[in-house]
Amino acid sequence: MNNTTNTYNRRSFLKSSALAGGGLMLSFNWITKASASEKLEAVLADQWSELTGYIKITPDNIIKIYNPNPEFGQNVMTSLPMMVAEELDVDWKNITVEMGYHDNVKLGPQFTGGSNSIRMYWKPLREAGAAARQMLRQAAANAWGVPIEEITTKSGMLHHSNGKSAKYGDMASQAAALPIPKDLKLKAPKDFTIISKSKKNVEGKKLVSGQPLFGMDYYAEGMLIAMIQHPPAFGMKLSSFNATQALKMPGIKDIFSIKLYEDGFEQTGFDTRTFNDLLVVVGKSTWEVMNARKKLSAKWEPAGDIKETINGRGGKKEVIVPGKLETTSAQFELMAEMAKKPAQELRKDGDPESAFKNAATIIERTYNAPFLAHNCMEPMNFFANVSEDKALVAGPVQAPGWIEPTLSKLLNLPPEKIEIQMTRMGGGFGRRAYGQFAFEAALISKKMKAPVKLIYSREDDMTYGIYRPMYTATYRAALDADKNLIGFHVKGGGIPEHPIHANRFPAGAIDNYLAEGWQLPTNITIGAWRAPRSNFNAAAEQSFLDEVAEAMGKDPIQLRLDLLKRAKENPVGKNNDYNPERYAGVLELARNKSGWGKTENSGYSRGIAAYFCHNSYAAHVVDMVTRDGEPYVERVTSAIDCGIVINPDAAINMVQGAVVDGIGNAFYGTLTHKEGVSEQTNFHNYRLIRHNEAPKKIDVHFVQNEIDPTGLGEPPFPPVFGAVANALYKNTGKRYYNQPFTNENNGDI
Amino acid sequence: MAKYNLKINGKTRAVDVDPSTPILWVLRDHLQLVGTKYGCGIAQCGSCTIHLNGTAMRSCMLPVSSIGKSEITTIEGLSEKVDHPVQKAWIEHDVAQCGYCQSGQIMTAAALLRDNPNPSEEDIEATMSGNICRCGTYLRIKEAIITASKM
Repeated sequence: MNNTTNTYNRRSFLKSSALAGGGLMLSFNWITKASASEKLEAVLADQWSELTGYIKITPDNIIKIYNPNPEFGQNVMTSLPMMVAEELDVDWKNITVEMGYHDNVKLGPQFTGGSNSIRMYWKPLREAGAAARQMLRQAAANAWGVPIEEITTKSGMLHHSNGKSAKYGDMASQAAALPIPKDLKLKAPKDFTIISKSKKNVEGKKLVSGQPLFGMDYYAEGMLIAMIQHPPAFGMKLSSFNATQALKMPGIKDIFSIKLYEDGFEQTGFDTRTFNDLLVVVGKSTWEVMNARKKLSAKWEPAGDIKETINGRGGKKEVIVPGKLETTSAQFELMAEMAKKPAQELRKDGDPESAFKNAATIIERTYNAPFLAHNCMEPMNFFANVSEDKALVAGPVQAPGWIEPTLSKLLNLPPEKIEIQMTRMGGGFGRRAYGQFAFEAALISKKMKAPVKLIYSREDDMTYGIYRPMYTATYRAALDADKNLIGFHVKGGGIPEHPIHANRFPAGAIDNYLAEGWQLPTNITIGAWRAPRSNFNAAAEQSFLDEVAEAMGKDPIQLRLDLLKRAKENPVGKNNDYNPERYAGVLELARNKSGWGKTENSGYSRGIAAYFCHNSYAAHVVDMVTRDGEPYVERVTSAIDCGIVINPDAAINMVQGAVVDGIGNAFYGTLTHKEGVSEQTNFHNYRLIRHNEAPKKIDVHFVQNEIDPTGLGEPPFPPVFGAVANALYKNTGKRYYNQPFTNENNGDI
Repeated sequence: MAKYNLKINGKTRAVDVDPSTPILWVLRDHLQLVGTKYGCGIAQCGSCTIHLNGTAMRSCMLPVSSIGKSEITTIEGLSEKVDHPVQKAWIEHDVAQCGYCQSGQIMTAAALLRDNPNPSEEDIEATMSGNICRCGTYLRIKEAIITASKM
């Protein structure tokens, strides 16, 4: 059994490291000197250059591996250290894993999101393990007076043919004094003994015994609790408040309003904030603060149009956030109007206009999807202890390096005076890539001159979110008289962004192709939500392809394979950003493993969908039955190509979870507004999939290859929607165009 | 404010809190027993599940004034050595993803097995449907409960 510890206090940790006397502390410099916002862009663009690893070995042979990346359920606490341990050549069961502290210089990007953890740390962490092993061998060679080439290792031991042997810990202090070697040869996949062998979650025992791992669980002596009363609607702001009654409530320390950002504050792309005027209640305990908040008397007024300065992707720009109080039905109507207007051309191949003009048949379908809340089980929260000259903040955050520069500006403290501790996250799904709650906590602590934990109630979390955008897309296919697909057109729009990835399949597979996009502004805050844009695209496009296949008289898998064959052998256009062979590979694997077309499966309404996003490929066959008069997904067969799988059992868990999440959101997921007010407030009126609605069986199959690993948190998720829609058609005889599918028939499918 | 002597995990704990305070917040804020989680506050998600005299209860809507002499068990008190069959099965099946809801899932499962040592799949689905897992670990939850029922 592995041990894990949380480095809640970086200073005490560093102190103990030094006290450990002679321990080997190995780190690599994250070479780039880029600013944090440049780093942010670099991570998103996959253009970063080098990463770091971190290993500590004590003389008593305790070997610790630090997980650099925030953990939100994707199991990096286990899988990232596995990659270090593989090259270090140690027994996995003897390793202690510890959550790393925040230091982008030593530990790399430390960013959880975009299905990037494994991919971006794949080489650096193995190199860290290999470098440490080489230094230990060199230390032994020096001590024993033999060439390094003669020193072998096995399971944390150093050996020489003359019979000498030593534990890693025996040589750790000498090894620490050596230069870090470069250009190390790493193991071939066939030689892996830890990678690709299932390992249990290193925090499993702590999780099942209720240990304090999460931000919500953070405790500090003298800590106060804070909550924020936000306006009742997007588009409103605080006018005035009277706290006389609330201040008399037991346990209440203070009630005040502060601004999150001063006028003209330059926001990064991840400084998104819902409301700027914060009405804050601070007290001794959560229940007391909750009760006092109810006694607040506040007046709200229309915020009007707000000008924001955003310096994110695409450079610095002024953005006008419209002040209108928005209603979902009106937003959909506006989107339908916008869809008729000319849009920005994103990609054009051949002559789509002529193809549609000459078509014997045109199929045109429009798909819509609402806002979605992240609904992390752990509501947003953050701890902060800010004083005149330093700040400690701790909590669940996907990218500590992104919040640091903003904290520095807001608190007027240099980054080196700000310590950020990463707690385990009770879900993330993109929500915790935005540090608003950390900034709020820090400003509240500064005002109170006390340690403060800010807590969002479930209602705050749901109605005060940074949501999945609303999307729409109209797909058109042109067929000639022989039912050949001669033209393809997608025009997508959204609030506030369009969903289109113009260079993805079926771009590259059709001679005449046109992709267009448009967008509408909103004051309802939106952001990254598990597989941004793809989570809608895959649903719409994969449903549409199912209809096109039907019109062409083709099997839906065969249509996709035929198109992919074309994309491989004679690709249309440039910049096609998927690999047709790997895409076809998951379709074929899903077809084979699901027994597609076999009579023994004829009792099921079957739907297929596949998608490429975040560098990995996924296909699902959904098997639906009618249960108690309603469609029910009973089984799912999943085929995934994410290259080398680091921790197979955990990877299967992640895919199964993505399938369940996909089914739930396809059927039920929706967040709607009336005059800026969220109509869903908690789990009694925001429906999440429950145990009895999940499939009885989800078989997960991975394409076996030796391709460098890519991510898995997002790629299996988007195609679930399409596969569910296609199975629903088989089950009900009706096509489903509007998410969530339960809405299409007055709440019943 | 009022004083209460609560029986929690086999010990008597004294607290001085408002009588309306839900046990959830007494545990979390006043006793630093934070394994019991806040998820919704309206008994919809099950993250806050504890045992009251062995019965699974939602602690987020259970006022401290209603407890009396009842015995509270939290996830921290389910076993001394993390060896309750449900905990062992949870580790064996590596159920957790983010893990936040799992205390509540485990407490609900442990109460189920106490009342119904050999539950059918339907029994498990019916009982566990009160506990939301946003990561979607439902299959493993079911497998782990079946494994635990055989221990």
